[in-house]
Amino acid sequence: MKNKTPGYRRKEIIWSLLFIAPPILGFLIFSLTPLVTSFGLSFMSWDMFTPAKFTGVENFRYMFADEKFYKSLFNTVFLLLGVPIGMIISLVLAILMNRQLKGISIFRTIYYIPVISPIIAVSLLWQWLLNYDYGIINEFIWNIFGIQGPNWLGDPDWVKPSFIIMGLWGGVGGNMVLYLAGLQGISSSYYEAAQVDGASRWHQFKHITLPLLSPIHFYVVVMGVIGTFQSFSQMYILAADGGPEYSGATIVYYIFQEAFKYFNMGYASAVAWVLGILIFILTLFQFRISKRWVYQE
Amino acid sequence: MVKQRRLINLIVYIVLIAGSFIMLGPLAWTLSTSLKSQKHVFDIPPQWIPDPITWLNYEDVWSKAPLLYGFMNSAIVVVSVLSVGLFVAAMAAYSFSKFDFPFKEGIFLALLGTMMIPYSVVMIPQYIGFSELGWVDTLLPLIVPGMFGNIVTIFFFRQFMQGSIPNDLIDAAKIDGCGYFRTFTTVALPIVKPAIAAQAALGFMGIWNDFLGPLIYLHTPERQTIQVLIASMQSNYISTSNYPSLMAASIIALLPVVIVFFFAQRYFIESLAITGIKG
Repeated sequence: MKNKTPGYRRKEIIWSLLFIAPPILGFLIFSLTPLVTSFGLSFMSWDMFTPAKFTGVENFRYMFADEKFYKSLFNTVFLLLGVPIGMIISLVLAILMNRQLKGISIFRTIYYIPVISPIIAVSLLWQWLLNYDYGIINEFIWNIFGIQGPNWLGDPDWVKPSFIIMGLWGGVGGNMVLYLAGLQGISSSYYEAAQVDGASRWHQFKHITLPLLSPIHFYVVVMGVIGTFQSFSQMYILAADGGPEYSGATIVYYIFQEAFKYFNMGYASAVAWVLGILIFILTLFQFRISKRWVYQE
Repeated sequence: MVKQRRLINLIVYIVLIAGSFIMLGPLAWTLSTSLKSQKHVFDIPPQWIPDPITWLNYEDVWSKAPLLYGFMNSAIVVVSVLSVGLFVAAMAAYSFSKFDFPFKEGIFLALLGTMMIPYSVVMIPQYIGFSELGWVDTLLPLIVPGMFGNIVTIFFFRQFMQGSIPNDLIDAAKIDGCGYFRTFTTVALPIVKPAIAAQAALGFMGIWNDFLGPLIYLHTPERQTIQVLIASMQSNYISTSNYPSLMAASIIALLPVVIVFFFAQRYFIESLAITGIKG
């Protein structure tokens, strides 16, 4: 086969490979090698100062007996509640905006500002908004309902809801734009046909809009789950040392502490691998069941 | 019918305006707090318009933390990663979209697979590697990996190039004696400019707002990015309850991003929509 390749074609192949060389190198150096190393490390005990020791499955045994690990796992799963809530809000917003109204693009900009805001600045400002004694949110609650608002960031039961509220504020604008693009892509002929058949507004929504948006639902869910499983920065700012009773720590926060506070590099790698496998299984699962509900044109 | 439509429009406006208050309220409150003196912060009922207005908190934050260094460090990372990284990504996307070579699909899928690897898995070995090189407490660990091109960007460019660069144009350039690299720079690059602008806008935001990477590598305040500096505000520079200064810091971190967003808004929203649907 080789001798049949004309000279210009061979040159083209060489150039093509040269052009894709940097990302391949990057993949080998910064993804594959670390991935393999991390796997090896997860069976070792190493603090970066004394020599590494092979300890077999000891890291995993410790992990599955560690209360903090389970807590951070539970916290992370709890935060997933924000994904469906966020979907509903952004879909409603997109539907409201999907009409010819004056000044509608201004709203789009306004709802998008929190999305682009740096998470560190956002966390600091929510820390102030959610302040127990002087926060503006508890002030509102007092004025409207006449009751003392919760100790958002100081009460183990309220830390996670605080993160969810913050996440919704910062996230609905982004998904709204996606849904808006999806809505604009639906041909009006579907609705016209439905109207001829006498379908009600609700029926049109349920049987046309929702199914035709399913690729976007799917994208939003997959990205939402991956994003939630990797959340860290808010926790770092708002839940110092994991917050009250470790109620605000996520898995990534737990890994961060083990690796860069206690320098348990081997153990942290083991936890990171468990996280990676969890994300992989969840995503695979979502792709599997997507065949049943995601509408393909 | 017309009456009903008017009523619906009115309701839509009311809901959207109420939502806008929720979206902008926290930002407005932050701005307002940052302009108050420490004495007036805990006023009840809360004052939305500070009286008197003071800039002292900004001066306070600016003089205590090396924020100018923070801005410069962030800018260095953004500019170097984007200028090299986007070019490299466009090159790879050009190959993937317009030419055939052995194992093309396999390589592309392998690269796409890296999207599935969480940063926390590769973070520890990367840290060990970079510390062997003596790169800890420098910007290099944040810059160098980004220069090899990001797979999401490559994917985006590939989608764009498949649709927008006619094969005839490439063939014509070839016949005119234009080499592979020159065809890329003179034919392909100008056509994908809008896609590059979109990815530059998104990339700026991602890199500028990045926190975990800079946090683990940068220790000396003068070498930290703006996000790490702002995050260490409470522990290193001002007391925890000094909310006016904290909010001033928050505004300082927000401002550049919001300004860039206003100028490049179109690109953000377009590219987000495109990646979303195609992805």
